[in-house]
Amino acid sequence: MSGGGLGWWIVPLAVLGGAIRVSTPFLFVSLGECITEKSGRINLGLEGTLVMGAMSGYAVSYISGSPWLGVLAAGLVGTGMGLLHGTICSLQRVNDIAVGIALMLFGVGLADYLGKPFIQPAAPQLPSLSFGWWSSSPDVQNALKINELFLVGVALVPLLVWAFRATRWGLILRIVGESADAARALGYPVIPVRIIATCCGGFLAGIGGSFLSLYYPGAWSERISSGQGITAVALVIFARWNPQLCFYAALLFGGAGALGPSLQGVGVHGGYYLLNAAPYILTLLIMIVTCSPKRRLLGAPAELSITK
Amino acid sequence: MVEETAAVLAAPRPRSPGGSRRLIGTPAAEAILVPLGALILSLLLFGLFVACAGVNPLAVYRYMVEGSVGSWFSVQNTLTRAAPLLLTGLCTALPAQAGLMIIGNEGAFVMGGLAAAAAGVALRDAPSFLALAAMAVAGTAAGAVWIALAGSLRHWRGVNETISSLLLNYVAIAILNQLVEGPFRDPQSLNKPSSPSIGYAHMIGSIPGTEIHWGLAVGIVVCLAASILIRRTTVGFATRITGGNLKAARMVGLPIGRLVMLTCALGGAAAGLAGMIELAAVQERASADLITGYGYSGILVAFLARQNPLAMIPVAVLLGGIGASGGLLQRHLGLPDAATVVLQGIIFIVILASDAVYGRVPWLKPAAART
Repeated sequence: MSGGGLGWWIVPLAVLGGAIRVSTPFLFVSLGECITEKSGRINLGLEGTLVMGAMSGYAVSYISGSPWLGVLAAGLVGTGMGLLHGTICSLQRVNDIAVGIALMLFGVGLADYLGKPFIQPAAPQLPSLSFGWWSSSPDVQNALKINELFLVGVALVPLLVWAFRATRWGLILRIVGESADAARALGYPVIPVRIIATCCGGFLAGIGGSFLSLYYPGAWSERISSGQGITAVALVIFARWNPQLCFYAALLFGGAGALGPSLQGVGVHGGYYLLNAAPYILTLLIMIVTCSPKRRLLGAPAELSITK
Repeated sequence: MVEETAAVLAAPRPRSPGGSRRLIGTPAAEAILVPLGALILSLLLFGLFVACAGVNPLAVYRYMVEGSVGSWFSVQNTLTRAAPLLLTGLCTALPAQAGLMIIGNEGAFVMGGLAAAAAGVALRDAPSFLALAAMAVAGTAAGAVWIALAGSLRHWRGVNETISSLLLNYVAIAILNQLVEGPFRDPQSLNKPSSPSIGYAHMIGSIPGTEIHWGLAVGIVVCLAASILIRRTTVGFATRITGGNLKAARMVGLPIGRLVMLTCALGGAAAGLAGMIELAAVQERASADLITGYGYSGILVAFLARQNPLAMIPVAVLLGGIGASGGLLQRHLGLPDAATVVLQGIIFIVILASDAVYGRVPWLKPAAART
């Protein structure tokens, strides 16, 4: 790829464009996990849900010819995975973190198994909108090509903020997450609320997965997600269970993930793999900075097992 | 506050108030029959799954038996696959004694293999025993540091160890890929970037009369040693108190930080040793092939064995057998190689769900709990 007269300026531009592209799955998974964790449960299995979503979204898009149908299917498959997690965790003495690990392995294996026939064929991809029409530079146009699904995710952010704060449903969810006893005393069913919250989380994570296979990188393969799901779960923790912060954190992660490919675009090849690991290293660093052994994290739902 | 829940979470198993249901002293009936029942249920579910895919489940079961224990060849295959699982399983099982849920097994395995390769290449011309000893030390040290990192983040910064150790897996894989494509690459490896060879003369051989490498013996010995450490030493006892009740541990003044670091380092060392053995007995040079999935299967081994190193021995053989039968399933029935991963996932989920059964089946209840 040539710089097209932009020279090194292409790097920040590509990082920006890449941030928007790469951040979409992070955004959806973290918003979904935000809903789940607000109810007092953690679902580490979203990594598996993401891969299942990528596989089923691609398969349905290929068979039906409609990428949006693929997105819906991915969401439904994600809901199913969430239902599985939510139901098993509702059994007595079953640990939600361990079930998450199990579902992660199960989801990845199942997606590999069922996705075998869809590795070769090309499925219809999701459309994107061009916001770079004002520029004659193809690089600028390329960077500002924004996928419609990203915009859906962006629209979800204020919606969730409002729903958590101002709706009856949001309030019930928060009560269940803050104190199961209080919720029970008020007559709200704790377990069904948690199962529904986990299903919602799975739905969004599945959609995030469909973005991987239907837009960027844009094909189904067995190694399509390498830890994006789990990174997004960590992201919720330092976004303090706040959808708005989730959005910024997702963009930051997207930018970190886009750094490697953009530098490669201008001919810097050294450290390619390490740069690709940037989001994981960034997550670790941010968790080290923001966590503390002495106090509970600000804004953490009190019933959440990992922060209690 | 943070550690307490983790302790409760990752405690090897819920304890009844009387403390009658312990790890090894468990009344045999419940401890054996519940996992066994879960295993049978998983196999039935897997049969249902393949039946939906249009494959005869009975044929699947037959090939699984044939592929895992049907012949001397398949028995050796099973045991060879079980060897690394014994060690990677400890990477989850040992920290679990102190109440941590570590899943960085794959990363510690990869780092162990990589460090062993570096030592092996550096000592190519040294005597064999010296090279092997250096490789073992390098491998265990690398694995120990890797998991101790997750443990120290947990203890001193309150970072959730499950998430951090999983993230470290991806970092380890990135380091491996970066090194074997760059500074540590053998220029002669054209198609598949890999490190220089450690030298055929320095490789670990097979147990006489078999094709199984010595890793199996090492794995069994290490599991036995881990079991003695947990059950029969003061350190092990203190660790189990930390894992069972952090408040009590703090009250009696146990060195919690040191115990957490120790179990994490030992667990990581075991996984690193597995990586070293994989390199020195099978692969000869470091490459992306070191990403074997043994680490992830090790998590399952530990959970299936309820974090008990002794129980891990039969469980590792069982999972080794499942892995060994994958080839036959693929060849004869056309099942994708991910079929065995699906089965592992089903077993994992059912085993965890079976936690709810303990103490619920009247005729399985331990005698002490019944009174």
